[in-house]
Amino acid sequence: MGVDPLFLGPISIGTVIIAIVKVLVAFGALMVSVMLMIWFERKLISDMQNRIGPNRAGPFGILQTLADGIKLFFKEDLIPGKSERFVFKLAPYLTLVPAFLIFTIVPIGGVVHLFGHTVELQVADPPMGILFLLAMSSVSVYGVMLAGWSSGSKYPLLGAVRASAQMISYEAAMGLSVASVVLITGSLGTRDIVTSQAGAFFGIFPKWNLIRLGIVPFLVFLVAITAELNRPPFDLVEAEQELVGGFHTEYSSIRFALFFLAEFMNTITMSAVIVTLFLGGPDGPNLGGPAFVWPILWFLIKTGAFLFFYVWVRAALPRVRYDQLMDLGWKVLIPVSLGWLLLVGAMQVSKIYGFALFAAFIVAGALMYRAIIIGRSQSSELDIITSFGSDAQRSPKTHTSRERNR
Amino acid sequence: MIYGAISIAGIAKPDLITFLAAALLVVGGAFGVIIFRNPVHSALSLITTMFGIAVLFIEQQAQFLAAVQIIVYAGAIVVLFLFVIMLLGVDRKEAFKAETLKAQRPLALAVGIIALGEVLLLARTTWATGAKSSNAPVGNSYDNVTVIARAVFSTYLLPFEATAVLLVIAVISGVYLAKRVQLGADVERDPGTANLRDNEVIER
Repeated sequence: MGVDPLFLGPISIGTVIIAIVKVLVAFGALMVSVMLMIWFERKLISDMQNRIGPNRAGPFGILQTLADGIKLFFKEDLIPGKSERFVFKLAPYLTLVPAFLIFTIVPIGGVVHLFGHTVELQVADPPMGILFLLAMSSVSVYGVMLAGWSSGSKYPLLGAVRASAQMISYEAAMGLSVASVVLITGSLGTRDIVTSQAGAFFGIFPKWNLIRLGIVPFLVFLVAITAELNRPPFDLVEAEQELVGGFHTEYSSIRFALFFLAEFMNTITMSAVIVTLFLGGPDGPNLGGPAFVWPILWFLIKTGAFLFFYVWVRAALPRVRYDQLMDLGWKVLIPVSLGWLLLVGAMQVSKIYGFALFAAFIVAGALMYRAIIIGRSQSSELDIITSFGSDAQRSPKTHTSRERNR
Repeated sequence: MIYGAISIAGIAKPDLITFLAAALLVVGGAFGVIIFRNPVHSALSLITTMFGIAVLFIEQQAQFLAAVQIIVYAGAIVVLFLFVIMLLGVDRKEAFKAETLKAQRPLALAVGIIALGEVLLLARTTWATGAKSSNAPVGNSYDNVTVIARAVFSTYLLPFEATAVLLVIAVISGVYLAKRVQLGADVERDPGTANLRDNEVIER
């Protein structure tokens, strides 16, 4: 259970070569898809805003990203005088590497047999599986945080503080909704998560976790990873009106490009992860032709749908306020996903427990809601989350005043 | 290290190389923590140590522990360290050379030697847990989670729940203290936040 079949037998030169080829192919594919994704996003946003968008480089402007990349390469690479040089240079890579590493655990297709080896179409299938996603997404905070701090200026620091607070807050909700997937699968491995979703209820409804778990963990996960990605409507990290460019204000040239590469790579990776967790990954009907093609195609279609969703949300929704963001994370998503996790657990034990717990939740929820309404009307005190928000905004001010005093 | 050197013949070559690389990360990172003058560099070097330890866990087939190591230590605790370092403004090179605690170095050396002795003792004997420390997977499969969950929810249920209660108490008291300090403390004092607060009150 949860073991990569490639490494079950003795390790030969062949297995090593297959592993290396898998890494290279995944990296190349991800790079190309980032290039296409940036073009897709710009083009789609243009359509939604009644503009034309990039249309000069290549057919339909599809080579625009390449042109931009080349341009950024040849621009001057500025390092601010007050910056911490080593960390400043390190930070872009710290955001890029976790973005790629998360993609390695995503199953992009079925299982193929190559030269006498059974090869899963994913770079790695570690037994810790989906925990790797949580580990890497918690590590990816460093890139943003250190970039903001090492720039040695105020807006980046503000952006970085916002970003790390936001990412840490939403990680909890994300982890809890992943936990309900793990609970119903009985394994941490991503391949097991995908294979357990194969099949259908009554022959028509796919047995995806989206349906099996109820839609709630899916929605929680979707919102949480949008916040993790710092994408609109949760892009307070780089709110132009307030923070210039957020944590990457001081970055230029190729380091700036690396941040954008990481951001779009993260978007693609997280879309792939949500497909894996809730939409059956490469699961889908085989409509003829070679057997290994259709799973990959289904995977690409589902991932593409989420990429479209992200662009759509960016064009359609206004940015939330900082206290709204924290309220949503701590007061809505975490309680809801925690309650739903208990419910899924109870349903696993027996249906009677499950429905009893569900009824209890409704009663408790109603009481809680009433209590909160009464409590709010009785006290005009600022709640703790808002004061935390203003705390984060205030901190660099105290920093500078202390410097002034010296 | 001594243990590894003794039974070096019994270890497969890839395992040995992985161990040495990870050990280098761990020890190098640990040295970095105390050698670097800049606290942020020290914290970064601590992350290196955490990753090295995670690799060592994976090598011992403790994948779950490795993931938890990264999530909790590298992902949460060192982030908090960095938060404190950045927000309290101690992110500059330390200017002072004088040591505030005179006995610091000898004490650290003594504690280090005691800790080393304890580790060696635990690796060699069985009196602490009643079983020899093993470097093979516990149970018959790779499924760490099942083994840990059974232990936590049956044999060690009471300690587990007690820890949970302790954490809840810590969280609640933390929230309470933070809230009490916040209330009315700086509305008049800091003109920058006074504005912000007024706006928020008006919105309500």
